[in-house]
Amino acid sequence: MSEETNPLRDAISEAIDENPVILFMKGTPEQPMCGFSARTAAALQALGAPFAAVDILPDPRIRQELSALSNWPTIPQLFVRGELIGGADIVAEMYETGELAEVLGVEQPTIAEPTAAEAGSAPLQPENRLG
Amino acid sequence: MATSEELKQRIEAALPGASAQVTGDDGAHFEAVVVAPQFEGMSRIAQHRLVYDVFEGELGGSIHALSLQTKAPARSSS
Repeated sequence: MSEETNPLRDAISEAIDENPVILFMKGTPEQPMCGFSARTAAALQALGAPFAAVDILPDPRIRQELSALSNWPTIPQLFVRGELIGGADIVAEMYETGELAEVLGVEQPTIAEPTAAEAGSAPLQPENRLG
Repeated sequence: MATSEELKQRIEAALPGASAQVTGDDGAHFEAVVVAPQFEGMSRIAQHRLVYDVFEGELGGSIHALSLQTKAPARSSS
C-alpha cells in the first residue's frame, strides 16, 4: 500500500532489519561529530558489543527518513533486533543500570554479578551501508 | 529564542500534573528532568516520545538538543 516508492527509506529499513545492533549517528564511532553520538557509541564500545554504524550527516534526507520511520526526532538512534532502544539519554541510562548489556546479550564489564549471557551476538563488522 | 522557563511551562501545560526541571541558557541546548503521572507504566521510549511531542518539529531545529530524564511519580499511597 505504498503511495510512492521511497528507496532511501527502504534502504534504512533494510539496514535496521539486517543488523542486530545498528546505531544511526552524527559522524562515525571513530570520529563522532556530536557529543550525544559520541557518548552512545562509547557505551556500545565499552560493552564490546559489535554494532553497525551509519553516519547520517552526508545526506540530510537520511535523518529525515529515519525520523519518519522511527517516530523519534533526534540523533543518535540505537536499534537492537529491529527495535528502537532510544537516543543518547536512554542508552546512557540503560548502560548504567546494566540493561543495555542485557539487551545486547553481553556482560557488563565492571558492575557486579554478571548474568549468564546466553544469547551471543553474531559478529558484525561496522560498516556504513548508506553512506 | 527558547528559554528553559518556557520549555518548563510548555511541558507542564501539555502534561497535566507533571513537574519539569529544565536547565540550559544558550537557547538551544537544554536538559530536562520530567516527573509526570502520565509516564506510569510506560516504557522509556514512550515517556520520551510524550515529551518530544510537545516540541514537535523544533527538536533538532531551533531546540538543538533536549537531554531528557523521565520518571513516573513515586507512589505515596498503595
